[in-house]
Amino acid sequence: MSQPALQMSDVRKVYSMADNEVVALDHATLTVGSDEIIALVGPSGSGKTTLCSIAGGILSATEGSVVVGGEEIGDYGDKELTTFRQNKVGFVFQSVNLVPFLNARENLLVVDELGRREGKPARDRADRLLDELGLADRAKNLPSQLSGGQKQRVAIGRALMNEPELVLFDEPTSALDTELGQQVMELIRSEMKSRGTAAIVVTHDERITSYCDRTVHITDGVLDAG
Amino acid sequence: MKLALRELVRKPGRFVTATVILTLIAVLLMFLGGLLDGLLRLSTGAIRAQSGDAIVYSESSQSSFLRSRIEPADRAAIESADGVDDVGGLGVVLLGARVPGNGPRDLANVAVWGYELPPDGVPEPPAPGEAYADELLRADGVELGQELLIGPARTPITVVGWVTDTAYNGSGGLWADLDTWRQVLSENRPDAVLADGVVQALVVSGPGDPADVVAAVDAANDGTYALTVDDAIAAIPGVEEQSGTFNQILGVTVVIALVVIALFFALLTVERTALYGVLKAIGARSRTIFGGLVVQATAVTLVASVIAGVLVVALDLLIPPGSIPLYVSVGRIVLSVVLLLIAAVIGSAFSLRRVLRVDPASALGN
Repeated sequence: MSQPALQMSDVRKVYSMADNEVVALDHATLTVGSDEIIALVGPSGSGKTTLCSIAGGILSATEGSVVVGGEEIGDYGDKELTTFRQNKVGFVFQSVNLVPFLNARENLLVVDELGRREGKPARDRADRLLDELGLADRAKNLPSQLSGGQKQRVAIGRALMNEPELVLFDEPTSALDTELGQQVMELIRSEMKSRGTAAIVVTHDERITSYCDRTVHITDGVLDAG
Repeated sequence: MKLALRELVRKPGRFVTATVILTLIAVLLMFLGGLLDGLLRLSTGAIRAQSGDAIVYSESSQSSFLRSRIEPADRAAIESADGVDDVGGLGVVLLGARVPGNGPRDLANVAVWGYELPPDGVPEPPAPGEAYADELLRADGVELGQELLIGPARTPITVVGWVTDTAYNGSGGLWADLDTWRQVLSENRPDAVLADGVVQALVVSGPGDPADVVAAVDAANDGTYALTVDDAIAAIPGVEEQSGTFNQILGVTVVIALVVIALFFALLTVERTALYGVLKAIGARSRTIFGGLVVQATAVTLVASVIAGVLVVALDLLIPPGSIPLYVSVGRIVLSVVLLLIAAVIGSAFSLRRVLRVDPASALGN
């Protein structure tokens, strides 16, 4: 059996604010299989973003162990976390956040420019991804020339450029209508499953949980496998 | 870096304001620098051209040629000093010259020099009654072979050749032998007549460096003192004040460029905080982002400097010769560009803290 994409054990994240301590994540334990897609559902302020940030190496946990693709990142400093993000995880952000002055292909290649600098293999991978995502004829288009769904597909391609162990989707359908949202979720599922890549999909929307293998609820920083 | 350059190419409009302002500042910097160089050339050319190591003045002269008197005995003492190779007399008188074809009151300002050791670019002293004229006098209508009438006594001097960059005190140089200069001086400035053998200053060269020659001259004679050519240039009345004033204005101009760059890129950084958060989240290091800012600041400054350089050269070509003392040189333009580029790097560095503070976590949940 292959190793899990993510193993979080007893993870706490505590923010100090003035004289108070705010517990954003409270003894969270979560395992995501190597090709598993889980939906992380919870209300605003429940700790979804904090959990994703810790799993993605953006934030460090206050306590506990975080292992991504077999790599323990709990003790990493900023530099090591940056290298980790370049190589092990992909992100799709809520408001897409493509680089506005780069075309679709360059938005994928920026991942390589900022990280591994592979050159031709990366260019080939970008072309392949654009083709798979149905964007081959839009490769030279700037984000302003793409529809909402096309932008989301470019963002998915960007998240897959570094061949990550785990992709974190932050409310990927929140800016899309129902039909387009379903199409995007189908695409996410097929891309993740065809690659055997794990994903966490953060959402408020219970309707999209059907595209995931499992749903995990979070309330006030506490996970409930439900 | 590629990302930063792509933004410059794809979104040039974003940088137009900064480029225009920096172009104007660069024009100001280069133009003021050109004026300073022009003024200094007009004031100091004759001394800068001296091929000797030191210039010797009489003790009470306060480094003024017109006040200085070097007696033959002083000259003999200096000539016999160890560490001195060649000694030549030097004198000058500033007068107006009547130029054939010009109106009777349309005088050309001339500095009539008498010399023995030829300055750089000036031939051996010509025959009595003749002189080499500085190119500057062309603007006054002076032509080769003309007989100029010097001063109120209208002493005739015939122009037999051209020399360049030998102006003094704003006047074009006329380079004659010592006897011709002495004749011009005695006929036109009776208050400043010098006896035969007496000169205003000596140009001295030696085997050592200029400081050694100065020391050798000062040790050999009590009634005189020597200055290196650089010190003699600085001692010309007004030169240091002129340089100091202009350099302060140029310094302030560079500081203004720095502030403009700092403010512009600080605003740009604030505007891009969300984008930088995303880039950091997908693996960009702060140094990569900051490096891109520096590249953009440098590129914008370089473009502004090139445009400014072209404008200042065009201005130099359009301005009639002799109307203002503008001297545009490659050296001045390069120096201005280097100063502006340093200002660009320092100015953009003010955004470093802001770049470091961008939190990649800001990309999530937004």
